Order: sequence, then structure tokens, then C-alpha cells
Amino acid sequence: MNLRRDVFQAIADPTRRAILLLVASQSLTAGAIAANFDTARPTVSKHLQILTECELLQQQQSGREIHYHINAKKMKEVADFIEPFRQMWDDRFNKLESVMKNYKNQNKH
Amino acid sequence: MELKTKVNAEEGKHDLVITREFDLPLELLFKAFTEPELIEQWMGTKVIKFEGKKFGGWQFETSDPKGNVVFKADGVIHEFSPNKRIARTFEMAGVPFGVQLEVSEFEAITSETSRLNMHVIFESVAQRDEQLKLPFKQGINWAHNRLEEIMSKFKQATT
Repeated sequence: MNLRRDVFQAIADPTRRAILLLVASQSLTAGAIAANFDTARPTVSKHLQILTECELLQQQQSGREIHYHINAKKMKEVADFIEPFRQMWDDRFNKLESVMKNYKNQNKH
Repeated sequence: MELKTKVNAEEGKHDLVITREFDLPLELLFKAFTEPELIEQWMGTKVIKFEGKKFGGWQFETSDPKGNVVFKADGVIHEFSPNKRIARTFEMAGVPFGVQLEVSEFEAITSETSRLNMHVIFESVAQRDEQLKLPFKQGINWAHNRLEEIMSKFKQATT
């Protein structure tokens, strides 16, 4: 199985991105993460499993609880590769949207 | 938090897909890609030539404030279906990325929103990956800076 490809699939999902954002600020248990979503608990568990498998999240045993924390190194690897390219297009398209909204308003009259 | 612009580039493949939903009617989205004046505004490049038709050619060029050409790209349009699809080749001068095939599909979501699906096919995986890394290497894109200048001037002129 190709790990790198899985990473991209992992971050393509909005819920998984939200989980990463959440865990980025502090390590949390599965229950604490699930509490932030309307999604059913087993669905959140599945997302956590995928994120752990592709090494974006790491598990850490503390007493009887398992905390999830972010693997900064892996995240950086992914971000360095594709995020600036995505940002570039996002910026361009944001401009496109504002340019065309102006155009639309000007041509109403 | 949903990202508006998505890039899907799978490991080991020589293509990528850029998708974006716009808060614009389909016709306006398509116009932004086909009217030289409008392309210039959001791409931040000079449109030397743009023939929106089958077998038409296109040519973009960007210069820095001193007049040095910093970006040059051109290609040929293979399909031009208004409000639907544009298939064109894309080649950037001075970089070893080869020629790319760009297929852009435009579709309406509602009467006021639309979606763009851009499929970019490269000659090789290595060329695609180099292209992906380019904005990172360049830091903040020059085209983007220029665009901000234009837009701020435009804002000043209209307020």
C-alpha cells in the first residue's frame, strides 16, 4: 500500500482536516475529539484510525487513556509539497471571483 | 472547515485535478477565462494573444516593474465549448516542465453558483512534482503581488 497517497486521501476529507486542526492545538482522547462533531462516534473512530495509519496522528498512552497528538513532521511534509500550490490557485480564484463580481455590478447599469 | 480550492495530486501519477466552486453564475466564470482583459486582472499577466476557438493560440507574458519578462507561457486551444469545456496545451518558457494538457470543465451548480474542474496532464511524474513545488520555491507568487497592486488601484479608483 502506498503510504504517501494515503496521506493525500486522508487530508482530502473535511472531517479529517477538522480533526487535525483540533488536535493541532492540544492532544486529546478519542472521546474528546468525538464530542466536537455531530458525526457518530464509530465514524470519528474510523477517521482517527485512518489518520493514525498514515502517521498524521500518533497515539500516546497516558494511564488508562489514549491521547492523540499530531505528527508535526509528517504534517509539514504534506504541507510543503502541495499546500503552496493549492494556496496559489486559491488566491487566483479568489481574485477571479472578486473581479467578476465587480464586472457583474458594472454591467448591470 | 471546507477548503474552497482543492488540489488532488496522487503520488506517482502524472496528472492533477484542481476543483473550485465559485459564487458566480456559470457564464461569468467562463467569461473570466476567455476575455483577455479579465484574464489579465485575475492572473496578473499580460495577454499577448487569446483566440477562443478550436486551433486558436494563446500567449501570456508577465514583466517585473523594470520591464524584464519573468513569465512566459503559451499553447494552442484544442476545444472551445462556451460555458462547458476548454482543452488547451500549456507550456511555460524557460522551465523544464515540458508541455501540459489542460482540460477545464465548467458547470452550473445553481443559477448563481458554478464549479470548475481543471484536469492537468503532464509528460511525466517528475515534471508534475516539480511544477507542484514551484510556488513553494518561489515563496509568494509574483503574479499574486501584481494582482494585489492592480486590485488596490482599482479599489482606490472606484471609492
